[in-house]
Amino acid sequence: MRVYLLLIWTWTRAAARYPTSFALMTVAGTVTAGLEVAAIWIVFSNTTTLGGFDVSEVMFLYGTAGLPFSVADLLFSNTDRISQHIKAGTFDAMLVRPVGTFVQIAADRFTPHRAGRVLQAAIVLGVALARLDVPASRAWMIPVMVACGIVIFTSIWALGGALQFLLTDAPEVTNAFTYGGGTLTQYPLTVYGADLVRGVTYVLPLAFVNWQPGLYVLGRADPMGLPYALRFLSPAAAAALAVVAAFAWRAGVRRYRSTGS
Amino acid sequence: MIDADRIGRSFRIRGATVHAVRDLSFHVAAGEFVGCLGPNGAGKSTTIKMLTGILAPTSGRVAVAGLDPTRRRTAVAREIGVVFGQRTTLWWDLPLRDSFELVRLLYKVDRARFRERLGELTERLRLGEFLATPVRQLSLGQRMRGDIAAALLHDPSLLVLDEPTIGLDVVSKAEVRAFLRDLNTERGTTVLLTTHDVGDVERLCRRVILIDHGRLAFDGTVDELRATVPGETSIEDVVAHLYLNSSALRTRPPRPGEDSPTATA
Amino acid sequence: MPPFHRRFLTQPPLLSLYAQLVRYGFRKHATYWGAAAAGAFTNTVFGVLRAYVLIALWRARPGLGGYDITDAVTFCFLTQAYIGPMQVFGGGLEVAQRIRTGDIALDLVRPAPLLLWSLAQDLGRAGYLFLARSLPPTVAGALLLGIVLPGDAAVWAAFAASFALGIVISFGWRYIVAMATCWLRDDRGLTVVSLVLTTFFSGLTLPLVIFPEPLGTIAGALPWAAMVQVPADVYLGKADVPGALAFQAMWAAVLLSLGALLTRAARRKVVIDGG
Repeated sequence: MRVYLLLIWTWTRAAARYPTSFALMTVAGTVTAGLEVAAIWIVFSNTTTLGGFDVSEVMFLYGTAGLPFSVADLLFSNTDRISQHIKAGTFDAMLVRPVGTFVQIAADRFTPHRAGRVLQAAIVLGVALARLDVPASRAWMIPVMVACGIVIFTSIWALGGALQFLLTDAPEVTNAFTYGGGTLTQYPLTVYGADLVRGVTYVLPLAFVNWQPGLYVLGRADPMGLPYALRFLSPAAAAALAVVAAFAWRAGVRRYRSTGS
Repeated sequence: MIDADRIGRSFRIRGATVHAVRDLSFHVAAGEFVGCLGPNGAGKSTTIKMLTGILAPTSGRVAVAGLDPTRRRTAVAREIGVVFGQRTTLWWDLPLRDSFELVRLLYKVDRARFRERLGELTERLRLGEFLATPVRQLSLGQRMRGDIAAALLHDPSLLVLDEPTIGLDVVSKAEVRAFLRDLNTERGTTVLLTTHDVGDVERLCRRVILIDHGRLAFDGTVDELRATVPGETSIEDVVAHLYLNSSALRTRPPRPGEDSPTATA
Repeated sequence: MPPFHRRFLTQPPLLSLYAQLVRYGFRKHATYWGAAAAGAFTNTVFGVLRAYVLIALWRARPGLGGYDITDAVTFCFLTQAYIGPMQVFGGGLEVAQRIRTGDIALDLVRPAPLLLWSLAQDLGRAGYLFLARSLPPTVAGALLLGIVLPGDAAVWAAFAASFALGIVISFGWRYIVAMATCWLRDDRGLTVVSLVLTTFFSGLTLPLVIFPEPLGTIAGALPWAAMVQVPADVYLGKADVPGALAFQAMWAAVLLSLGALLTRAARRKVVIDGG
């Protein structure tokens, strides 16, 4: 972790040497993310509720999905470049360094310009909380769910990276899970089909990013009627997924070293 | 320093098994300077990858600095420096100085030792004039000197170089060679390099390993190598002779007492 | 008659040149079938996610914007199907890369106009990506959630024309963006602006029919609507076909003319002024 922080700091200083380019990318990233908010605004200019949730609640869910997603995106999404590293041969160079490959890839060419998205999600969450008036007795869950969300999204990026050891020629597949996961969690899960919700509860635990703990914060009954205890299980789900992701990553690296692709 | 015990590496290519390296055994003691020769596709790079932990051998055992590079990858990485002549391990967009800073962090070299070592390397490899230049703008010779410096910042006991002089002009080549020789004699760093340039062998290596068709075809001193082909005096001609007759080498079983190139295999 | 002239008369070289370029564009992209399959998979996943959001919206507001739920789902999968052939997220042209490397100078002195040269290659690319990246998400959408299938052959014919015009318009826009890099030091800003305009104002993010006024009307008159929204409306039978095609043809003509002007200016800059 210390090595990772030192590495991204070095890359940040390198990026700061081109301030205009950096500012431009930051603005561009923030504007792109702003479009998602514009989309929510357009949806709610046509309706007052979506999937049984009003605009403040949807903004709350958007914020509690967007904040961990954008943090994970900022810090670890470089792992989806693994197939580029494999094809360019730079992965070999990483294997002769005495640091874990995940840390090296995540830190490689780090730029902080995606930080604009973190800020944007935090603002949406702040606005939602100001409108919702959540009691302090339930608000404690918010930092917990953001932390668990970061772990869950980071694990999905690691799983996507591990998948690229197999699908080196089709790295775009992982976008369906990483960015797809980010998109899915932006809206209340009631809008999706029941099978999809079961899938993201029991298989790929995206429901534990903001849906289950979010129901607790919002003080709402589960529209799908799933057990009440699920809303406190985010830490367990995050830990389990992180373990799976760590094994998958190791298996991917081992496969690379035994096939020499 | 290096113990390769009957190592082999096969690949499955479209259903067929290709043996890139088989039954390769050799030992390199600390302080040696060993050159590894062999025609294109002979298995030199595969061997280097197995020694450095990039590839796992499919058979046999390797130990580098007493450790298994497959299982103890990061521990081995701290002991060795690796240079690929064909591609850089530096970062294209960054000035050389920043690449070195990243290497420092990766190898956890403390700042004082790093500064001292970098000062030394900068002087010996004349890096000063292009430390602030992004790697992609460096000439091949400058880049190679930068790569060698990066591989030595953590002061490894073994330096492995895969074709370090490829594509270099005569002056750069001479500089790289002089540096490597001094590194070996003054600091006692063990050096293993692969090359197609017999000049590297003649001027640097006390010992030569020749790999052909994935097998060890010769292991001995440069003089012994020269003696394998009676009548030839230049190493270039000897090596050419050996490559051309390599299939004969491979198929002829070594006879006891004969001065055969495979006698030490 | 010298053989060269005879060949010239029997085989119009221009036509065969462009046909060859279309084939080249098709074949070049066909080698990246793994990437295309991955793209089709991702387009399908996003199609399903977006479709569910639209279903929820249309459940709350039946008949919104003149669409029913199936229309909205169909719209969603059609727009996902456009992403590959129309390269909605930008790029896809060799020109941009060649400007960056300076090789564009060689292209500009060729006797064949660069605009047509690039268009031919892009049509080949679009043809391949239509097969590889448009059909799978559409079929998946039809199987998973059900989409409208027009019964009238005239609608299919109109849609084919409208879709083809959409590809030409998308090419015209991307060509302009690529050419603009001749005058910009850092083209990434423009790339992002283009991405934002194209995804938001084309109807890819949400159908333009539900945009609040006057945003909806303004968006509907812009070239990006002619890429995504208009062909979808033609498919759904929601558009006045001659008017829709005329609107698209107008934007295609405007963008291609602008592209030709930029090419002339670029030639002056690169070839005559030496970069």
